[in-house]
Amino acid sequence: MGNKESILIVDDERIVRESLLHWFEEEDYLVHTAENGEEALKKFEKGKYDLMLVDMKMPGMSGLELLSKVKEIDKNVVVILITAFASVPTAIKALKDGAYDYVTKPVDPDELAHLVKNALEQKSLKTENEMLKENIEEIVRPDNLIGESVQMQQVFDLIHTVAPTDTTVMIRGESGTGKELVAKAIHINSKRKYFPIVPVNCGALAESILESELFGHEKGAFTGAQFRRKGKFEMADCGTIFLDEVGTISPKMQIELLRVIETKQFNRVGGNQLIKSDFRVIVATNEPLEDLVKQGKFREDLYYRLNVFSIIVPPLRERTGDVPILAYYFLNKFATMMNKNIKTISPEAMDFLVKYDWPGNVRELENAIERAVVVGKGDAIKVQDLPFNVSANGNMFSTDSDDKSLAAIEKKYINKILNENNWNISRSAQILEIDRVTLYNKISKYGLKRANT
Amino acid sequence: MKNEIYIAPLKFGNLSILKEIENRLKKLLWERINFIQLGLDIESAYSEARAQYFSTQIIADASKLTGEINGKIILITEADLFVPVLTFVFGEAQLNGKHAIVSVCRLHEEFYSGTGNDELLIKRTIKEILHELGHCYGLKHCSNWDCVMHSSAAIEEVDIKGEFYCRHCRKLVVST
Repeated sequence: MGNKESILIVDDERIVRESLLHWFEEEDYLVHTAENGEEALKKFEKGKYDLMLVDMKMPGMSGLELLSKVKEIDKNVVVILITAFASVPTAIKALKDGAYDYVTKPVDPDELAHLVKNALEQKSLKTENEMLKENIEEIVRPDNLIGESVQMQQVFDLIHTVAPTDTTVMIRGESGTGKELVAKAIHINSKRKYFPIVPVNCGALAESILESELFGHEKGAFTGAQFRRKGKFEMADCGTIFLDEVGTISPKMQIELLRVIETKQFNRVGGNQLIKSDFRVIVATNEPLEDLVKQGKFREDLYYRLNVFSIIVPPLRERTGDVPILAYYFLNKFATMMNKNIKTISPEAMDFLVKYDWPGNVRELENAIERAVVVGKGDAIKVQDLPFNVSANGNMFSTDSDDKSLAAIEKKYINKILNENNWNISRSAQILEIDRVTLYNKISKYGLKRANT
Repeated sequence: MKNEIYIAPLKFGNLSILKEIENRLKKLLWERINFIQLGLDIESAYSEARAQYFSTQIIADASKLTGEINGKIILITEADLFVPVLTFVFGEAQLNGKHAIVSVCRLHEEFYSGTGNDELLIKRTIKEILHELGHCYGLKHCSNWDCVMHSSAAIEEVDIKGEFYCRHCRKLVVST
């Protein structure tokens, strides 16, 4: 995928030309170089360029002189001047003579990348409609958002309806049902698809970290902040911000969030500069926000601001028809990754998978298949490869060990609760009715670790 | 990917991180990942004025030592890297070539938030290794943010881009 816009780099230093040539070639631009103004002018007369990066100070024709001459040939060419020595009068003259911008080397790579991108976008004759060439008759889904059940078809229909708009979406569903995948599906079917979707797990971050994560911080804003850092709202400019576990946000952050969503403006922590960002908001929660509003734990005005369009993702036990297709998707994924020749699931194992109630939903199914592929021998997953058996009433008993001690059962149960809550320590501790410190101690005692999903 | 891949630490002291990177790359790339010691002193690439190391020169110096090796060679260092016109680079690669270099210097979370995070460091390093390796296989930057080949000129962009090649880039890599 490439832009194939053309760039001419003009600098008398070979190493600068080569570095920039290399840099822009990786971005798939068509790049040429010239070591002085005269050579650049000859090249420009032969074939027009969309953008020129020109050193101010060169033997013979200076950067400013070259700027004037190329503007006579093509007034639309974008020229960015580079200099080692910044001076205000020269900068003003350059801009008055038609330079797009003026930068001092060494240039921050992020600044240069955005400068060139913005410059070419302004010049570009492409329209937004031209970028969205596809006529979306069928929505594009992330590969792993799978389902053929009626319930999932309803979800896909809702995605299809809301994606092309800029409407704020609230995705609701139990942990492990694929809320983030639904958010991605909305994003990649929207006009913002060429920009990032930026996820933030609000439940996993302490309030002080969340503020910096969302809004960024300036260099020196706090001890250890050696570099400036852009926040997630800034990174989501022109794209989408996905706020997962939005119900866990503190009252103070709820006020900040409401203000940012309404004004699309904010300051970085420790900064005075007002940052503007054009983002779409998608949030997700597995909590009953309405109850939190009644209890005074979630602001009503923020609730109504976020709950404009709601999509409920069903738990896996309500769409067991999708279990086989999901199981085979994960089997294919992990068998390929681990280079194992396991191609099928035995009828008994599939029957078990379909009947199990999946409290951890699709994430739990994925973990179960991964584990089965690890331990499986032969070309089929069997019941004994699965990490659990179902008793007559659908409860879970592990077949991993014969250890029936209290400690073993406690370890197993704590692990189950942590996985069901995506390792959200606060929520898990609340469910287990112990405090966070006790939970951390038990995690350490049993050597529990979050599985990669 | 048909070639063997060699990881060559240069001025890299954190062995536990290196081991974890090796383990994860082996899982991701299904190929033999080999660690080699080139015995290259990178001090000749040091710029006192910049207090940084010139990445292009390190690659050029490494090339003189790797003639016998068939495969892709990723140099990994804790030194801060630069090319003359930019304030820093996370890495550099020979497009459709044999060598690339990745620096973990600016991938450390403690420079940004004040708190170290080894897991984040490893994830970022893996991404940058895959990114530069992709360039060695001839891949240019991908416009898909879910792809590890998306350009990333700042740490925030490293964090939001994908962790592996998208379907399109993966096809191009596998066909080489």
